[in-house]
Amino acid sequence: MKIAHPRTLDEALEALQRMPDAQLLAGGTDFVVEVNFGHRRPPAVVGLRRVAELQGWRRDEGQLVLGAGLSFTEIEKELVEELPALAAAARTVGSPQMRNAGTIGGNLGTASPAGDSLPVLAALDATVVLARRGGERSLPLAEFITGVKRTAIEAGEIIREVRVPRLSGPQHFLKVGTRNAMVISIACAAVVVDPEGRTVRCGLGSVAPTPVRAAEAEAFIAGEIDWDGGPSAPPAAVARFGELAAAASSPITDHRSTADYRRRAVQVIAARGLQRSLA
Amino acid sequence: MSFEPSDALHDPAATDIRGRRDQLAADEGPPVFEALESYKLTVNGREREVDGAWIGESLLWVLRERLGLPGSKNACEQGECGSCSVMLDGVLVASCCVLAGDAVGSDIRTVEGLSPEGELTDVQRAFVEQGAVQCGFCIPGMIVAIHDLLDRRPDADELTLREAISGNLCRCTGYGRIFAAFHAVKEERARAST
Amino acid sequence: MPAPSLPSTFTRTRQAPGLGESVLRPDAPAKTKGQFAFSSDLWMDGMVWGATVRSPHPHARIRSMDTTPALRVAGVHAVITNDDLWGSRTYGLEHHDQPVFADGVVRFHGEPLAAVAADHPETARRAAGAIAIHYDVLDSVVDPEAAMTAAPIHPAGNLFRHIRVRFGDPEARGEVVVEGDYEVGMQDQAFLGPESGLAVPSEDGGVELYVATQWLHVDRDQIAACLNLPREKVRLTLAGTGGAFGGREDLSMQIHACLLALVTRKPVKMVYSREESFFGHVHRHPAKLWYRHHATREGKLVNVECRMVFDGGAYTSSSTAVISNASAFAPGPYFTPNAKVDGYAVRTNNPPCGAMRGFGAVQTSFAAEAQMDKLAEALGMDPVELRLRNALKTHDRLITGQVIIGAAPVAECITACRDLPMPEPLAPDAPVMALPGGAGLTALHGDIRRGVGFAVGFKNLAFSEGFDDYSTARVRLELGPGDEPLATVHTATAEVGQGFVTLAQQIARAELGVHEVVVQAADTQVGSAGSTSASRQTMMSGGAVQMACSAVREVLLERAALDLHLAPADMVLEEGELVTKDGAASVSLADALRAGPIEATREFHHAPTEPLDENGQGNAHWSLAFAAHRAVVDVDPELGLVRVVQLATAQDIGKALNPLAVTGQIEGGIAQGVGLAVMEEIIVDQGRVRNPSFTDYLLPTALDMPPVVQTWIEQPERLAPYGAKGVGEPPTISSTGAVVAAIRQATGLPLARIPVRPDDIALAPAPAAGQP
Repeated sequence: MKIAHPRTLDEALEALQRMPDAQLLAGGTDFVVEVNFGHRRPPAVVGLRRVAELQGWRRDEGQLVLGAGLSFTEIEKELVEELPALAAAARTVGSPQMRNAGTIGGNLGTASPAGDSLPVLAALDATVVLARRGGERSLPLAEFITGVKRTAIEAGEIIREVRVPRLSGPQHFLKVGTRNAMVISIACAAVVVDPEGRTVRCGLGSVAPTPVRAAEAEAFIAGEIDWDGGPSAPPAAVARFGELAAAASSPITDHRSTADYRRRAVQVIAARGLQRSLA
Repeated sequence: MSFEPSDALHDPAATDIRGRRDQLAADEGPPVFEALESYKLTVNGREREVDGAWIGESLLWVLRERLGLPGSKNACEQGECGSCSVMLDGVLVASCCVLAGDAVGSDIRTVEGLSPEGELTDVQRAFVEQGAVQCGFCIPGMIVAIHDLLDRRPDADELTLREAISGNLCRCTGYGRIFAAFHAVKEERARAST
Repeated sequence: MPAPSLPSTFTRTRQAPGLGESVLRPDAPAKTKGQFAFSSDLWMDGMVWGATVRSPHPHARIRSMDTTPALRVAGVHAVITNDDLWGSRTYGLEHHDQPVFADGVVRFHGEPLAAVAADHPETARRAAGAIAIHYDVLDSVVDPEAAMTAAPIHPAGNLFRHIRVRFGDPEARGEVVVEGDYEVGMQDQAFLGPESGLAVPSEDGGVELYVATQWLHVDRDQIAACLNLPREKVRLTLAGTGGAFGGREDLSMQIHACLLALVTRKPVKMVYSREESFFGHVHRHPAKLWYRHHATREGKLVNVECRMVFDGGAYTSSSTAVISNASAFAPGPYFTPNAKVDGYAVRTNNPPCGAMRGFGAVQTSFAAEAQMDKLAEALGMDPVELRLRNALKTHDRLITGQVIIGAAPVAECITACRDLPMPEPLAPDAPVMALPGGAGLTALHGDIRRGVGFAVGFKNLAFSEGFDDYSTARVRLELGPGDEPLATVHTATAEVGQGFVTLAQQIARAELGVHEVVVQAADTQVGSAGSTSASRQTMMSGGAVQMACSAVREVLLERAALDLHLAPADMVLEEGELVTKDGAASVSLADALRAGPIEATREFHHAPTEPLDENGQGNAHWSLAFAAHRAVVDVDPELGLVRVVQLATAQDIGKALNPLAVTGQIEGGIAQGVGLAVMEEIIVDQGRVRNPSFTDYLLPTALDMPPVVQTWIEQPERLAPYGAKGVGEPPTISSTGAVVAAIRQATGLPLARIPVRPDDIALAPAPAAGQP
């Protein structure tokens, strides 16, 4: 059999061992399109849709554990309270059909610079958990995604889940595209304000080979925010935050947009995301 | 714009194409498909056999070319138009993005499965009556998507409707009559339930 | 008098409605059930699949091509190239300059070089990829201005056509002068049904082709020449067509599929992927236009000067007609006593361009309407008032010297459109999804500026410049099942979604009083219906059906009169009965048909037109149609994102033969105009197409499309059957200009290029004039 239908993680890992060059397949929204166009020809496939351990999400003390098989629709509907920025990002992925099938594990595995969930995960300091025969290992997101469509996943490994901290403050996600729906992002930003930890985190997407954090902008604004009152910040500081976020991006010019525009877009949406998080 | 084809019938088989076809038989390489699979799919409530199919075939392609169900359409085959929309285990998906062999064990419902023999569903009837059909290529996907929306959100407002079918492109209608069809069904169902 | 606005929903129609009623499409039920057979749904036992090999280079010499590796692939049945052709090696709509397969040189990215037939499309694709081709890449000529003086990239030269229009005193000056440079990007028809069809070799050495297309007979003629077959042996039947919008007027896979069918002696199915589709058909001409408008201080046009260059890409297609239309209608629907227009259509190594809904008038309308707004500002006049002051009317002359004799209610369109209700202002608590940026949630209420814009457009209906435009219809009336009269209408009219199949039924019912009307599949067994383009089928094929029905009615009246020993002139056909004028006696249709079926075939030709002379003067057009558009947009100026809030229109339609169908055509045409305004562009970089997919060629979704408020001006067009004008193109001509005008008002930016990109707004220098 060239297409395996495992129901458990063990079965999936076993199938992968049996067919080492098999393609891991969840929602299919990236891989099957490639096959349709003749760019990829799978010698074998391990279907992950029914693997029990990859489904759903749960709270685990101070963390949220998201199964790799969680679809974007599930994220959009079920995580609005816990992870509003991720839910907002999920809502912008492709079309309803795509959101029903596409998974967060797939988004991570494809590691496209334009992956919509990735800047949010970056802002949340997510950890990716990889399962392999005989165990598992965890990697911070920044170590998991190594380049354009490249990850640190090794042969025989399956993304099992991604873990993010449970934070209580406002989280926003903004995505710029040339159409009001179903767009690959030209630039996107996730802004997470944590009043408890007195930090601001800003993840940027589509403006670098991988999702990036606007570290300088984060450090700057954390010092400018009146954490006890609001929290709030003067408009000049919010504007400066936007500028610093833009400076943290290294966008390219391609058929979708220009580097200059992407920088401008980051400047605007980072500032707006922050503004919406403040009183 | 006038062409003057010669009346003499030239027999194309008499060219050296035939010679090349003989060469084909002698010279053939290995089979193209490394991976073939036979499997069963449950489509519109019936079990259907698929024999010796290349594992790279999408569900859309298998429905259309192997199972005699060409209702789902192939406008883009990259998940960007919704014309191939089907229900997979009760969830609206683009069948062009599903590997057919991976849909084994799932409940697949296509546009052909929506209406009992000869009748139209209320959504289909509304599309006809409201002038929502022009070329018709987007229509099966739209119908499946709107049935799904009405099942989940019978009270959906227009913005919800627009978002719900934002993955179904239409190039002919500008969506106006499609929105009208939705509203007609929604009102009809609301009246029927009171 | 404007027609009443339509309600947003329609109630069921009566049993036997006629013209002017919202009769439902006969093919709609099958389409909703997924049972309507489109050209890509066809299937035949023993069929094989075709695939095309296309050039990755915009301009290159083919140094060598080795098909042996493809022939070796298991499951391949044939491989054909230019070397295997035995008939005409080229084809084309106006000039046969487009090679069936590239002949030693490729001239555009995606030009076909070979075709393969195999028993599975994946096999065909792999075999196509296995063909070893070596190219010597050549410099591409991609700047149309430069192409005019560059070395020819084709033996026929780089200039497709230069239209020179000199009207009145071309050097006349006005007290107020405004000029500008404008640019239009390359739009694509993006019909959803991919290029596809099934070619079946026949016993007599000919071929049957089932295909989605716009003009069966012209397809047939080109195919026959390339197959070196007499026309009668090439039989085309229209397969279900998933939209066209001009993109199927040129051939795509037809010749390749027929060649493969004859070579393999098997049915051959070819279906383009969406990616291949972007390479497989012509696009809308990108253009650069310069205008200079002269007016009196009171706002009367004195002179319109225009120089424009349309990039026709590598082969002629219909470029010569496109530039002619653009030039004839260059000023827009306004009277000017003088004009000086030079329109050039040029050959480059860019993708070939041809017909797309609006056919040249779209490009000039964008520029001309921007000019009218500039002029209004220079005059300190309201832009709508300026347009009213110069609006064309019947008996005015166009700049081609032609006097308008048909209906031309331009002023009525303008005032009716202006008076349509405006949308509600943006509510402070409007959901973020309803703001520019949509699902991306980028804006809040305070980030938004609203603008309103106005534009008016027009063009010809049906074909022009002396072309003998006609359509043929065969109508047969007989006793059908249950002794009910049954009419069969047979035309070659390509139904591409516009609704001619419905109209054909309505006409037969109205003319013959018959309820049962069957519309036969369109094929080449009946005479040509002409192209489904130029908004012409309602008038031309409608006219042919009417004529054929009239002829059938003549025979009915003769039979009834004979029966009653009267003269045919004493009888009329009313409500399905043949009655004497005094109502005293009658013969039923059924009785009149007992003697046998009645059949008539008729051609409808529109009144003759003339070519243009060396000054662009001549009565080149037949009927004209006009439409006014008003757009309301919300803009997020910091990000440059736009949401069209409402598109209002008043269109000159002559007579609504089917209100529901008219509504749908206007809404659909406006959607394409909105697309060109803000999101649709084929990005071509040094001749290479960068975005051949729906991921990056963006069509308006349900979240992008505004509500359309429409009203109709019904001044019957006496030139045309039933007084009805075609309605397909006018919605697409000036809706784009209205949207851009609205964006200009919201942002204060000049915006001289379409589609407007976010960069154009967000990165523009701050506006000079005081606009928020």
